[in-house]
Amino acid sequence: MKRASPVRQRLAALGLLGVPLLTYPLLSLPGGNLAGIPATYFYLFGVWAGLIALAAWVAERRGK
Amino acid sequence: MISGWLVAALSTFYLAVLFAVARFGDARADAGKSIISANVYALSLAVYCTSWTFFGSVGRATSGGLSFLTIYIGPTLMLMCVGVILKMIRISKVYRITSIADFIASRYGKSQLLAGLVTVIAVIGVVPYIALQLKAVAASLNVLFQQSDHALLPWWLDSTLLIAAVLALFTILFGTRHLDATERHEGMVAAVAFESVVKLVAFIAVGLFVTYGMFGGLSDIFQRATESPELARLLQLDSSRAGTWTAMILLSGLAIIFLPRQFQIIVVENVDESHLKRAVWLFPLYLLLINVFVLPLALGGLLHFNGQGFNPDTFVLTLPLARGAESLALLAFIGGLSAATGMVIVETIALSTMVCNDLVMPFLLRSTWLKTEKQQDLSGLLIGIRRVAIVLILLLGYIYFRAAGEAYALVGIGLISFAAVAQFAPAMFGGMYWKQGTRAGAVSGLLAGFGIWLYTLLLPSFAKSGWIGSGFVEQGLFGIGLLKAQALFGLSGLDEISHCLWWSLFANIGCYVAVSLNSKPDAVEASQAERFVDIFRHAGRDADARLWRGNASVEALVGLLERFLGPLRARQQLAIYAQGRGAVDWHSLPADADFVHFAESELAGAIGSASARVMVASVAQEEDLGLDEVLDILDEATQVRAYSKELEVKQQALEVATAELRGANERLRELDSMKDDFISTVTHELRTPLTSIRALSEMLHEDPEMDLSDRKRFLGIIVNEAERLTRLINQILDMAKLESGRAEWTTSEVDVGNLVREAIDSLGQLFREKGVALESEIPATGPIVLADRDRLTQVMINLLSNAVKFVPGGSGRVHVRVGSDQKSVRVVVSDNGPGLTAEECNVIFEKFRQGGNTMTDKPQGTGLGLPISRQIVEFFGGNLWVESQPGAGAAFIFTVPLPAPEA
Amino acid sequence: MTKKILIVDDEPNIVISLEFLMKKEGFEIAVASDGEEALAKVASFNPDLILLDVMMPKKSGFEVCEALRADPARAGLLIVMLTAKGRDTEVAKGLAIGADAYVTKPFSTKDLAVKVKSMLGVN
Repeated sequence: MKRASPVRQRLAALGLLGVPLLTYPLLSLPGGNLAGIPATYFYLFGVWAGLIALAAWVAERRGK
Repeated sequence: MISGWLVAALSTFYLAVLFAVARFGDARADAGKSIISANVYALSLAVYCTSWTFFGSVGRATSGGLSFLTIYIGPTLMLMCVGVILKMIRISKVYRITSIADFIASRYGKSQLLAGLVTVIAVIGVVPYIALQLKAVAASLNVLFQQSDHALLPWWLDSTLLIAAVLALFTILFGTRHLDATERHEGMVAAVAFESVVKLVAFIAVGLFVTYGMFGGLSDIFQRATESPELARLLQLDSSRAGTWTAMILLSGLAIIFLPRQFQIIVVENVDESHLKRAVWLFPLYLLLINVFVLPLALGGLLHFNGQGFNPDTFVLTLPLARGAESLALLAFIGGLSAATGMVIVETIALSTMVCNDLVMPFLLRSTWLKTEKQQDLSGLLIGIRRVAIVLILLLGYIYFRAAGEAYALVGIGLISFAAVAQFAPAMFGGMYWKQGTRAGAVSGLLAGFGIWLYTLLLPSFAKSGWIGSGFVEQGLFGIGLLKAQALFGLSGLDEISHCLWWSLFANIGCYVAVSLNSKPDAVEASQAERFVDIFRHAGRDADARLWRGNASVEALVGLLERFLGPLRARQQLAIYAQGRGAVDWHSLPADADFVHFAESELAGAIGSASARVMVASVAQEEDLGLDEVLDILDEATQVRAYSKELEVKQQALEVATAELRGANERLRELDSMKDDFISTVTHELRTPLTSIRALSEMLHEDPEMDLSDRKRFLGIIVNEAERLTRLINQILDMAKLESGRAEWTTSEVDVGNLVREAIDSLGQLFREKGVALESEIPATGPIVLADRDRLTQVMINLLSNAVKFVPGGSGRVHVRVGSDQKSVRVVVSDNGPGLTAEECNVIFEKFRQGGNTMTDKPQGTGLGLPISRQIVEFFGGNLWVESQPGAGAAFIFTVPLPAPEA
Repeated sequence: MTKKILIVDDEPNIVISLEFLMKKEGFEIAVASDGEEALAKVASFNPDLILLDVMMPKKSGFEVCEALRADPARAGLLIVMLTAKGRDTEVAKGLAIGADAYVTKPFSTKDLAVKVKSMLGVN
């Protein structure tokens, strides 16, 4: 049997990881301010950017 | 002061640029040099970011805080399921699918009913979304014109209608220039990618201006917002709305692939599957960038205009204008216009294809008019239908804008559309992964979901604007409380979108699954289900071809192709197909199942799979295959596949086994010839002394009168040769025992120094006779090893007697040294003999290969001493080798490992 | 006229026995212990028959035989190959390259003497 490629599996895993990270209840954890900017704002954009960076790394990695 | 004419000129100029980009893209595509790279593909996905994003997100953020982000997080997560999207792309490529309606219809047996239903849902569902664009452009124009005093338009001409008309014209120019077999529009994709860059640049420019020009940076805005209790609320997430948050992510995740324009761009316009790899991160990155300044803009607007009643949906324009930055406002206007045109163009092209193929064609195909005009080229008619459809869809958008547009903010309107296209999810996902899903199930699921969407979302939106009565919303239909449109069966506490999504998907999935499980697919459905679900396994057309049986004529099928594709295009495709089958031209091809399949898929590209099937059926007499027969064929195909795979595996195993056998055989043959050589050599070695013994003894026997001296000499030779023979036989037996592992070993502690001294003593006489000096360097005691004393002595004597044999008499010198390190004892026997070449250093350890082959006088010895010695040393875990150079003497070295120290 | 025999073998003891045997039969004898020496002795000694061992250093008996047969001036020279390797292939090879007879070691002195004499046409 042909198995799904590792790249596809890794990306799908990233997507699944993103679901709990970007929804409640985890979302209610960050509170307060960081350098005058709300922690929630930081958290959302941070996790989001992290996922994108990981996805880019997984997708664009050469060969192996 | 911004003049209306300036705005008009700028807009026209911008649209002209877009048009030029599109023409360029088309020209390059026609020349076979596509400009669609992975980056262009990824950017074109940003057609997702419409006026909603450009204007609406800011408005949304002024009331909902960070919740606007869900609309962009959903697509980010959805895109990472690359496997799902790849499967959609592959299916669409193989079966020439050109729209989402075509996809669903094709999967469920090329059903015209289903194609029509999906088209209706898509058109009705997406109309609000188009209205949103019109509203946004109209609103942005209003903002600009509030600045100028003179009216641009005469009173009877509504600016929104004008915008709709311009967009319709533009779309027609853009997307329906020619009818392409794959419905690909590379020029359009290029233009969309271009406008994506424009809107991103424009939005970020405004964001930077407001954040750093009007305020003191991000933290300043947030700081000032925190001071106002009303604004501080926007900075905090409201965990009581957790359900809505998740629902929005789900909704937008579905929308990113099921919105007709997204399906068009992601699936239909995809030229290379590998482009997805770029899109999977570049597009989310785009979404992130365009959203960074949304909340700061919203807060900035609220802070700046504090209660002046400005529409938050236009903050992107009003904020720069408030500071007199008119050129920035114009850039923002162009960005917004860009977002709207991109969306409208792709959406209406996608919808018009669906309307033409799946709503209009079925009627045309049944009409007698078409039948009487058999010879006519219909490709022009198809384009005409699409153009009319584009105009009608924009008109519908305008009507919705008039009817309900004022009641909702931009985002609210868009979400209504999202909820509509989410209804495609069960039929789509089920179709791709669940073979049991049937047409009846899909139809009932879609109808149920769409019905609930109509009742709980679309009609209430009309009611809100007072266009129809709002009784069914407030009191429930017929006054029944359980039927309140936005609290169905008493489900309240949700926002209207979540409420609709929950009930509609519940009904949709429920009906789809329940009806599917209780209905039987017909033959076509079953075969399509098989093909879609197993797309990655159906590489060839083997099963496809076998699933059609009947009579057809090549001329009739070619006639069909020419009518719908146009003669030129049809000939091109036929030539390519004929080449693929190895024929010179299509005239020589048989009208077999494969040809019918080719014709149908080409037609499907032009008029959709359902209509294509009807058209092919009109010229070819297809025998009806019963469901059982189809299932048999498919089963058989599956079995044949499994069987051939098994065969392949077995064959590979066989090949491996054969190779192994061949190798073993080779080794055996080698061993055999080595044995043969060995025996031949042994024979030779045994016969040589025997020859002298026999010859001499025969002569002694026959000649009694032989001289006494000769007699003595001969007897001496006979004794020597007999001894040599004995020695040889002993050593051969010894060797055989060692090699077969049957030698007896008595292992004990052996003092190597002592052993070497004894060996030297026993050979002292030999050395003295030849006048060879023997020096030794041996420790007084030890080292001790575990070995067979006699065997080790045998090695030592062999090495010493070899040395004395080869050194010159009188001047010969032999040196023996015993040393040890932590691991092993090392004994070196070196001489000043003639030495050995590098080749000889190896050869002398082979059996019967004596050193000194080049010397005229043959050395005494059997040629087995060194091989036997090496065997012995290796048995104790040591090594025996020689270091030598010609003319520089030789050093024979052996090591024996020391016993491991007891712990 | 006394017939001349060249004995070629690298085993000194075999040379001794052959030399004694042939001398007793009344032949004139020369010896060589390897192939190169054999060729030189053929030129200087000009034998009628050569007893040629196969396994020798420097040049094998086969090589010597081939070299001699390549020389038309030596067409009348009789060659008897001696070998301790009794395999049929060896015998066949020796005869194929032009040896007149093939004797396997160990040999019967009587038989060898008879064979040599008959080859040389002596009594």
